[in-house]
Amino acid sequence: VEQSPPQSPGPGKAGDAPNRRSGHVRGARVLSPPGRRARLSSPGPSSSSEAREELRRRLRGLIERSRVMIFSKSYCPHSTRVKELFSSLGVECNVLELDQVDDGAKVQEVLSEITNQKTVPNVFVNKVHVGGCDQTFQAYQSGLLQKLLQEDSAYDYDLIIVGGGSGGLSCAKEAAILGKKVMVLDFVVPSPQGTSWGLGGTCVNVGCIPKKLMHQAALLGQALCDSRKFGWEYNQQVKHNWETMTKAIQNHISSLNWGYRLSLREKAVAYVNSYGEFVEHHKIKATNKKGQETYYTAAQFVIATGERPRYLGIQGDKEYCITSDDLFSLPYCPGKTLVVGASYVALECAGFLAGFGLDVTVMVRSILLRGFDQEMAEKVGSYMEQHGVKFLRKFIPVMIQQLEKGSPGKLKVLAKSTEGTETIEGVYNTVLLAIGRDSCTRKMGLEKIGVKINEKSGKIPVNDVEQTSVPYVYAVGDVSEGKPELTPVAIQSGKLLARRLFGASLEKIYHTLFWPLEWTVAGRENNTCYAKIICNKLDHDRVIGFHILGPNAGEVTQGFVAAMKCGLTKQLLDDTIGIHPTCGEVFTTLEITKSSGLDITQKGCG
Amino acid sequence: MAAMAVALRGLGGRFRWRTQAVAGGVRGAARGAAAGQRDYDLLVIGGGSGGLACAKEAAQLGRKVAVVDYVEPSPQGTRWGLGGTCVNVGCIPKKLMHQAALLGGLIQDAPHYGWEVAQPVPHDWRKMAEAVQNHVKSLNWGHRVQLQDRKVKYFNIKASFVDEHTVCGVAKGGKEILLSADHIIIATGGRPRYPTHIEGALEYGITSDDIFWLKESPGKTLVVGASYVALECAGFLTGIGLDTTVMIRSIPLRGFDQQMSSMVIEHMASHGTQFLRGCAPSRVRRLPDGHLQVTWEDCTTGKEDTGTFDTVLWAIGRVPDTRSLNLEKAGVDTSPDTQKILVDSREGTSVPHIYAIGDVVEGRPELTPTAIMAGRLLVQRLFGGSSDLMDYDNVPTTVFTPLEYGCVGLSEEEAVARHGQEHVEVYHAHYKPLEFTVAGRDASQCYVKMVCLREPPQLVLGLHFLGPNAGEVTQGFALGIKCGASYAQVMRTVGIHPTCSEEVVKLRISKRSGLDPTVTGCG
Repeated sequence: VEQSPPQSPGPGKAGDAPNRRSGHVRGARVLSPPGRRARLSSPGPSSSSEAREELRRRLRGLIERSRVMIFSKSYCPHSTRVKELFSSLGVECNVLELDQVDDGAKVQEVLSEITNQKTVPNVFVNKVHVGGCDQTFQAYQSGLLQKLLQEDSAYDYDLIIVGGGSGGLSCAKEAAILGKKVMVLDFVVPSPQGTSWGLGGTCVNVGCIPKKLMHQAALLGQALCDSRKFGWEYNQQVKHNWETMTKAIQNHISSLNWGYRLSLREKAVAYVNSYGEFVEHHKIKATNKKGQETYYTAAQFVIATGERPRYLGIQGDKEYCITSDDLFSLPYCPGKTLVVGASYVALECAGFLAGFGLDVTVMVRSILLRGFDQEMAEKVGSYMEQHGVKFLRKFIPVMIQQLEKGSPGKLKVLAKSTEGTETIEGVYNTVLLAIGRDSCTRKMGLEKIGVKINEKSGKIPVNDVEQTSVPYVYAVGDVSEGKPELTPVAIQSGKLLARRLFGASLEKIYHTLFWPLEWTVAGRENNTCYAKIICNKLDHDRVIGFHILGPNAGEVTQGFVAAMKCGLTKQLLDDTIGIHPTCGEVFTTLEITKSSGLDITQKGCG
Repeated sequence: MAAMAVALRGLGGRFRWRTQAVAGGVRGAARGAAAGQRDYDLLVIGGGSGGLACAKEAAQLGRKVAVVDYVEPSPQGTRWGLGGTCVNVGCIPKKLMHQAALLGGLIQDAPHYGWEVAQPVPHDWRKMAEAVQNHVKSLNWGHRVQLQDRKVKYFNIKASFVDEHTVCGVAKGGKEILLSADHIIIATGGRPRYPTHIEGALEYGITSDDIFWLKESPGKTLVVGASYVALECAGFLTGIGLDTTVMIRSIPLRGFDQQMSSMVIEHMASHGTQFLRGCAPSRVRRLPDGHLQVTWEDCTTGKEDTGTFDTVLWAIGRVPDTRSLNLEKAGVDTSPDTQKILVDSREGTSVPHIYAIGDVVEGRPELTPTAIMAGRLLVQRLFGGSSDLMDYDNVPTTVFTPLEYGCVGLSEEEAVARHGQEHVEVYHAHYKPLEFTVAGRDASQCYVKMVCLREPPQLVLGLHFLGPNAGEVTQGFALGIKCGASYAQVMRTVGIHPTCSEEVVKLRISKRSGLDPTVTGCG
């Protein structure tokens, strides 16, 4: 899958006029507007949350349009050091001195929401948040800064996401909706038993979805028993057929896999079924099933590789035991089963297997459902016991031996007490390990670009905005440290991350104040009449809102309404010749977007 | 527990003097038994959900309480025990029969999930009815015991007012008894309406008062009406395999969101319930073979048509049980249109010490939990020094049609009427419950919509959910709406995966956008 090196649309190249009011300067010198202070947040009757959203958009705009954007305070020595650093590198910076604008405090607040950094200087290089003074100098020393400065929009992608699970996919789709060029790398390394699956990650393939369906199958067994009491009549012994169920569930999963592929395609997200491994800054190697390697670069990365089940590290475990990775597509009924572990995965699996009428034993090292309310956990345990699940408490397996091959075969499990020297033996058809999960972070070259992981857990520490120790690399989902391992959490954080990275605004608003000709002579006030259109960025800047405050507003509006019905776009408006001198003509010359924050007051004859 | 009860009672005893002293002035004009000499502190007329809640609460507060309850047999002769409509001929048996029907659906699902059940599986009405009736009888008994435990005096008599403090009760044998009380709460509820103008209606038709107590299967049934009672009954009758037809004159589920209502009907129709829309029955006759011949008129064309059924079930509304109460003797005002009792926000009637709660009251939702809560709050105001009023806004409810419909807050129509189309944003989604996929069930009508104000942060005005377990899904969100939840807050709520209720927190598509609201895949 050779990707032609594409030109990133680069939002900075749209030819926006320099922002004169925000203290924007070239070459690290600050020019405050003489006489009065600039405001970044728009004045006017908008509510505070709207104003904040507006300010956020504007900051995002500044960051996106500037090669180097420094939020600074004029008296801050750290800010000065950073400015001098860029100056010595001969790099032009856009500097906003927060102490010299009216709403500096608000800007600082919003910045801290975006970056989780409350202090100045707050430095962005080519849209990547580098951090404060120390981080900037560290990046300079490690060469990262130069790298960031060099690669001005020359990456293949705006965003590459490693891992096509719930979190990764939601992030990818959201970023694509926001107009970014996005790639998803997803590759399922087969389990030790050889099980592998399609796009969608744990939840869809080997987690929530098949688990809940098997749970439902078990509940139906109960419902069948109930139904006799409710007057339904059948006499035969009802038996459960594992193969029928598994086939139906796997069919459903295949349709979901397909659905994900389709939705990525619809949103123009590139999907590559290859294993991703970082090779250098901003560059990742993708290796496919056949061992072919392709290299891709991106401005930003999201790691969403999730976790896989842990093995015990005892004799026979990888050879003979299965995990939740294998259970849901097991081609034969597992028969008499030992479930090792007391996690919710362990208890859920034990529960539905028992519901099918299988002989199920759960081996528990210490407590049930660690982290949950223990009174409730024990009640879950006793309910399961009443419904036929056996529990072996305070034992751990030490060896698994195969007695017989087959589908299923026969395994001998040797276990020892956690409290004494007692050992026990048992014979099972299937041993299911559910003792925890390990994150997939060790073999993806994170050390090559300096992304720190927790050596013990393998998880990636991230800050409140999901950023890793490397500014342009983020992590979401089960792989990030200290976050709940739940699908909806991953989905939500992936989506929010994309919105923070690329701004959520799908609408472009153009506006202006104007002074009707008739009012000039009459000496009526200037800058009260206002025109505004709202365009949908995703739909060729189609005009979706039209507002005018001024004389004859109804007469002016009517014609434009008809035009909107016909699919009016900003381009069409720009191509229209104005009728001079009227009020309506302002709509043919709208230039200033609301998010630019530029001045719209009229000073002379337009 | 006992110690606490004693302590509470002791406390109530002390307060009693104070309240009486205060209330004494109000009762200056009382005729009959004088203050302090009356038989009871509180007399509750009607032993349904609301009445029993009042009685138990007052007893808890140490008051001397009596409950009078009497079930006038239905025209078909059906009668039942203590507990009122909900327990005997309403929510409880209805939900159990609904469950029986759901189980029928699950039996059809089971083979997809690997259970080897030979289809079709027949259903035995007698067995179900007996199990349901046994459960109801155990609840009747439970209510009796609870009253006894709390030392509430229970009279199985038919009550009518003698004066504003005195009630005359007639027992089954005709024996009369006079009871007087300082405070009286009327909670007699309602009974199904018979279309008495239709020939044969009273003679041959049954109502929800009878259906749950039938010993034999109703067979091929015509349900007349478009209330939730009508649709629920038709739903479970169809679900247990009976040939069922619903005759609707105008719109289904009046007062509910109409988009949701029509989807409820669509779902029922696609699952075998037959509908006769825009028709009204004109007469019912018994044929020589015992079947009932129903004649109806198509309201638009005026054409007549007939059909034969085993059972005709009227579910065209309910009338308040006020006629035999002699309310005029006490001076309690009722609405001339509905005969329901008029009350203020404190549940007070036109007579200061007489109150009314539940279905018998004008303008209140006819729901068990509202009656219970209104009753408790009323008693706490009367005897517990509280001043909390019942809040009748945002009362959640669920219609247990085969595909359940849960709702809280405003319907889309009501929201638009109150706030204007421009100020209302509706988010919606067609979703597929995970369990439906493997079973190959059709999820065309699984749908959720949230009606919000358009102004950020988009206060949630109403939530409407059509799908399995709708009641369970709606309850929590009802709390959210009570707490003033906004769309923004709901969207920041992490879902529980994989459930149907998570669809609510994933609502992203507004109706206004015109985008396809079909949910595909996860997230």
